Amino acid sequence: MSTVAETQIKLTPEHDARPGASVRSRLQDLLPKIVLAPSFAATIVFVYGFILWTIYLSFTNSKTFPSYDITGARAYQRLWRWTFESDPPSSWYTSITNMGIFGFLYILICLALGLFLAILLDQKIRGEGMLRPIYLYPMALSFIVTGVAWKWFLDPGLGLEQTLHQWGWTSFHFDWIKNKDFVIYTVVIAGVWQASGFIMAMFLAGLRGIDGEIMKAAQIDGATTFQLYRRIVIPLLRPVFLSAFIVLAHLAIKSYDLVVALTSGGPGGSAWLPSNFMYEFTFKRNEMAVGSASAVIMLMTLTAIIVPYLYSELREKPR
Amino acid sequence: MSAVTSPARQASSGVSATTINRIVIYGLLALFALFYLMPLFVMLVTSFKTMDEIQNGNMLALPQSPTIAPWFKAWGETCVGLTCAGIKGYFWNSIKMVVPAVLISTLLGALNGYVLTKWRFRGHTLVFAMMLFACFIPFQSVLLPMATILGSIGRFGASLQNATGFNFGLGNSTVNLAFVHVVYGLGFTTLFFRNYYEAFPTELVKAAQVDGASFFQIFRRIMLPNSMPIFVVTVIYQFTNIWNDFLFASAYAGTGDVMPMTVALNNVVNTSTGVVEYNVNMAAAMIAALPTLIVYVVAGRYFVRGLMAGAVKG
Repeated sequence: MSTVAETQIKLTPEHDARPGASVRSRLQDLLPKIVLAPSFAATIVFVYGFILWTIYLSFTNSKTFPSYDITGARAYQRLWRWTFESDPPSSWYTSITNMGIFGFLYILICLALGLFLAILLDQKIRGEGMLRPIYLYPMALSFIVTGVAWKWFLDPGLGLEQTLHQWGWTSFHFDWIKNKDFVIYTVVIAGVWQASGFIMAMFLAGLRGIDGEIMKAAQIDGATTFQLYRRIVIPLLRPVFLSAFIVLAHLAIKSYDLVVALTSGGPGGSAWLPSNFMYEFTFKRNEMAVGSASAVIMLMTLTAIIVPYLYSELREKPR
Repeated sequence: MSAVTSPARQASSGVSATTINRIVIYGLLALFALFYLMPLFVMLVTSFKTMDEIQNGNMLALPQSPTIAPWFKAWGETCVGLTCAGIKGYFWNSIKMVVPAVLISTLLGALNGYVLTKWRFRGHTLVFAMMLFACFIPFQSVLLPMATILGSIGRFGASLQNATGFNFGLGNSTVNLAFVHVVYGLGFTTLFFRNYYEAFPTELVKAAQVDGASFFQIFRRIMLPNSMPIFVVTVIYQFTNIWNDFLFASAYAGTGDVMPMTVALNNVVNTSTGVVEYNVNMAAAMIAALPTLIVYVVAGRYFVRGLMAGAVKG
């Protein structure tokens, strides 16, 4: 791609050589930047400027309305105190504990299930073209629709429990969605349902990209299928694992809608994630500074994951 | 892969082991297909049942006397909050928000991608990196400032309307949301086009430049005609994302008749007054899901490509 830069350098003097058209050609040279400028400016203002604004607000004592007097890190001190307040758990404690449970299980199960399905689908399956879209379609649905569907499915009086009772398994009991200690696991179930098909597609694309020669060589050396996958295929899929992890971590931290639609926050806010905490404290409980502080913490968590990744991705480019 | 595997296995453990293997694999695949299809199936059959059947029957049973009344009720009569005029208005709200937001963000993304690959300048990587990072931020970190700005734009629009008697659309929730989605969608659209144009032969652009073609001429005559696939990918990606958005929608158009579809659906389902009409709720959910599902069925390949491109940079 360095050729482009060279071209421009070569072309510029040519333009300047014609004095009559200099204004026009100067404009032509600036045009690319002028075209890009609005988007870049919008990013600077509405992304980075707004992030700074949010950080600023987190150091004020804004309640219902923004206040612009810096009053120190009180919001962070409160969050810090709440982090350890487990009896009774503060809603922040609940949110970050849930984030841990949800994030861990969601990422782990999606990766495991996605890889498992991809390997199964990679065994020269007849009807693969039909199965793949079935595994993947949940990704096209909104979290709200997913939440509505699973809310029904997991409702003890209407869904799975009721159905199994009718089929004669009357001792079956499954009321996680109404249980404050288990409601977060229902969010995991619905979340995995939605995203695992996509992770499967990522792994499948990775599997299809593996050089057949390597596999053949291993086969000749007498590797069993299991060994083949454990020793050769899975290590080769490392980049896919990384991408999938980034996608899932990013989805997990941003998760908000699913909790709202599936659980309405759960009994007593027991299904909250930090995103729900932020929304509730900012817009409903008139604790704008605390809400902003929680948003800053979410942002920092995501930044810690994304920036090293983007850095390595963008640095690899010039080969 | 299995073509390589099977002869070796056949030699060592006989044909029957292979057959059992295949049966197990197909069985597992079918089981998971059921897992993914179940919620949609339940939603669909429930939306065609009468309330009587829902309360007394089995969730998985097909409707005994199928009725499309719940769909009509969801579309035209069901209560969203206090208004009982169905979800049709909110459906159109979403359409009116999605169409301009998708078109504008896609076009800007195409231009940005074109500049960032074919008209590079010092620091182009930094510009791209900054726009790319914007894709990943949790939107909670910009939610409140944007609400404040949209509020003041709204007040400004109102006074402007008082002064001039003309409504410029400032402060209109649909306009606000379309604007927000354009701004926060730019990172992704730029990413898509940038990666696509990266692979586009620069020689063509160079040749046209030498022939005296201008910046826009090259874009229109050379880049655009060759960008069909990435346009489809980007439009589908943006459409799905914006249609399905809930956070911005609930923050900036969370009440009244300006709500987009996702917020309205959430309100329908969580309305706790009177008897809960599950069949109507499910029909409403299906209506909310249909646009993206149809796009998925019609252009699934492009949908997947978009997801992949959004996930795997480079």
